[in-house]
Amino acid sequence: MSQPGLTDDPVALPAIQEEDAGTGRRTMVLNMGPQHPSTHGVLRLLMELDGENIAKCTPDIGYLHTGIEKEFEVKNYQQAVTLTDRVDYLAPLSNNLGWCLAVEKLLALEIPPQAQWMRVMLTELTRLNSHLVWLGTHAIDIGAMSVFLYCFREREDILRIFEMFSGQRMMTSYFRIGGLALEPPRGWQQRVGKFIDIFPSRVDEYEDLLTKNRIWIGRTRGVGKISLEDMLDLGVTGPMLRAAGLKLDIRKDQPYSSYEKFDFEIPTRTENDVYARYQVRVEEMRQSARIVKQALEGMPSGDWKADAPHVVLPDREKMKTQMEALIYHFKIVTEGFRVPEGEVFQAIESPRGELGYYVVSDGTTKPLRVHMRTPSFGNLQATGTMVQGCLIADVIASIGSMDFVLGDTDR
Amino acid sequence: MDPSTWFYAISLIKILVVFGVLMTTLAYLQWVERKVIAHIQVRPGPYFVGPHGLLQPLADVIKLITKEDLLPPYVNKPLYLAAPFIAVSMALLSISVIPFGPEIDVFGYHTYMQLTDLNIGVLFVLAASSVGVYGVALAGWSSNNKYALLGALRSSAQMISYELPLSLTIAAPLLISNTLSLRKLVETQGGNPAHAGTLWNWNLFHGWQWIGFLVFLISAFAETNRIPFDLAEAENELVAGFHTEYSSMKFASFFMAEYANMITVSAMAVLLFLGGWVAPWPAEYGSGLVPVAVFALAGLIAVYHGLHPARRRDRFSLPAAGLVFLFIAAAFLAPFTQSWLLPLFWFCAKTGAILFAFIWVRGTLPRFRYDQLMGFAWKYLFPVAIVNLLATGLGVALFG
Repeated sequence: MSQPGLTDDPVALPAIQEEDAGTGRRTMVLNMGPQHPSTHGVLRLLMELDGENIAKCTPDIGYLHTGIEKEFEVKNYQQAVTLTDRVDYLAPLSNNLGWCLAVEKLLALEIPPQAQWMRVMLTELTRLNSHLVWLGTHAIDIGAMSVFLYCFREREDILRIFEMFSGQRMMTSYFRIGGLALEPPRGWQQRVGKFIDIFPSRVDEYEDLLTKNRIWIGRTRGVGKISLEDMLDLGVTGPMLRAAGLKLDIRKDQPYSSYEKFDFEIPTRTENDVYARYQVRVEEMRQSARIVKQALEGMPSGDWKADAPHVVLPDREKMKTQMEALIYHFKIVTEGFRVPEGEVFQAIESPRGELGYYVVSDGTTKPLRVHMRTPSFGNLQATGTMVQGCLIADVIASIGSMDFVLGDTDR
Repeated sequence: MDPSTWFYAISLIKILVVFGVLMTTLAYLQWVERKVIAHIQVRPGPYFVGPHGLLQPLADVIKLITKEDLLPPYVNKPLYLAAPFIAVSMALLSISVIPFGPEIDVFGYHTYMQLTDLNIGVLFVLAASSVGVYGVALAGWSSNNKYALLGALRSSAQMISYELPLSLTIAAPLLISNTLSLRKLVETQGGNPAHAGTLWNWNLFHGWQWIGFLVFLISAFAETNRIPFDLAEAENELVAGFHTEYSSMKFASFFMAEYANMITVSAMAVLLFLGGWVAPWPAEYGSGLVPVAVFALAGLIAVYHGLHPARRRDRFSLPAAGLVFLFIAAAFLAPFTQSWLLPLFWFCAKTGAILFAFIWVRGTLPRFRYDQLMGFAWKYLFPVAIVNLLATGLGVALFG
């Protein structure tokens, strides 16, 4: 059947719909976005409406394309960490981690345990940060205004912790190739401990407002369904798959950064609707809090950066007293470090799903090519299938449940 | 002076007073809403314009009046201009039949604390609110904008659907009180000699009328386009719904209409079910001291905080506010003012409680979906309202 109006070219916006000769139905095209309160950034949705039902929905992305992948090629490996922050701006440390792990794989660097645990702890805090933004915006999309501000209250605590570690709230760049950027600050245990003690009760608070709320259930249960096969075909990953019953989590399947030493569960649901995705993510927040607590209690002592003088900047003191250290410092700062020729793919579980860094090195100080397999891009593919036949209000609930970040999608 | 001149003079004064008070209330209801929502959401709310943001409404009004008044080229001009006018004038019109208190003496002249006592007051309010729907529908249609159109369609369908249960639940207390005049309605709720002046006499506690009251409240939320029924202006779906294309004072008119409607339905709920200005228990048992206690307590708290000021200027501003409150408390004790202040207090307190519920719900609940909203009206509220009406009619016929 030929769709009246909407062409496959998403940029062309048909002016007005003609009557469909077959069915005699008339449809209307509604252009939602790129400037729209609930497309979470600059996503554009072209919706063909039959009354309030969606006859066809075509997402149009690219409004936040920044050419970051190309920009990697003119930065040296250490500088490029700052670029990864800006890809998924709600989970900067996850991106830092993916990039660092990929390059460290090429360099065959051994990272000391404290740095690894610290990375796990901060990445899980990032997951909390990202899920809090997701829950807040998802709830406010469905009209529950207060949850948004409660979530941002906790997010503020997390951002303050980030600021304490790195001096930055969002674009932290705290992970560096070979370890961490700075020594963990004094008193971080108390700050993180205080936050993680109250956090589970705060999750209870959100759940009080939403989980058993009849309106919330009515708005989310049975909405945004899409078969597991379709999702796998489209490249959907992360909590969306787990809400469809597939227990797929890279932290468990291919542990990195010593995730295998932590005791946590992968929550799954089988209903595969917006409500199930909500439940999965809320449960993930509790599990992340568990990981942070374990990391806090069992944090190994030791060094926070690798013993690799050709990659890691020397201490200030050493640089001023030892000649080799000064030479290394000069080399790393002026030129960067050389990475052995080769290519590598490193995937991690970002809050949104599988985040992969594919890095090709030609042996110089700058990567030859970097490609990111970003979870938002894959997840967003499901939009069209998911909202077919839904109401407009369901589109909002569905795209909210995907938890995409446009920076992550467009790169 | 002959009586008719008196009548016109008094009416004019009443109109000016009621209009002025209503407009101030509209502006400050917005402030109260922002403050209450803010405190629900653990944030301070408006804070910087005046003490505790008390001058924020004034600033908002000035901003809205002085904003550029855009007229998009693609709109249907007459309807586009008429729509906000219809919405706001119909919303304000209903207030004219709402009584705020009983018959009082002003310098020996009998008058009612009400602009006009129509003998079909209830019908008048319903009619005005029905015409008000035109404002919304025309605004959406004339804007020539798809979001506005969808918002207006939703809104008119919703308001028409919820008007049915609303009217049906209104009919039940009318049967009990056997009048359509809002003033007589209250008088019947206060005057039953069996337990005169107590809250057991209110229509709310008359048989199963609390069910009717709940249906009325839910329908009122829908009728005023408030969360969880604010689909017409569901920001996250339809940008701003029917008023997407409106700016400046035309936009403000819709907001004024929404808040005026809130006040009207709250006042209607109070008049129909909660005994209007009648105190919950008779004055012999000290109901007249409640407002005294409330204002005296508020005054004492303000004075206390003024003695331990958080900021320097609080040392003077808080005790001053406290003294004003104490003065009001004293006014409730004076026989001359008591006769009209007490009913006014109870009326405002009850209306305020319902308005607070409006705001509270907004801070708590998510939003319905369009089909769920219509289903809720027709599958649940409408049958309940019909059964309620029939049962009440039967009860009135059998037991009087």
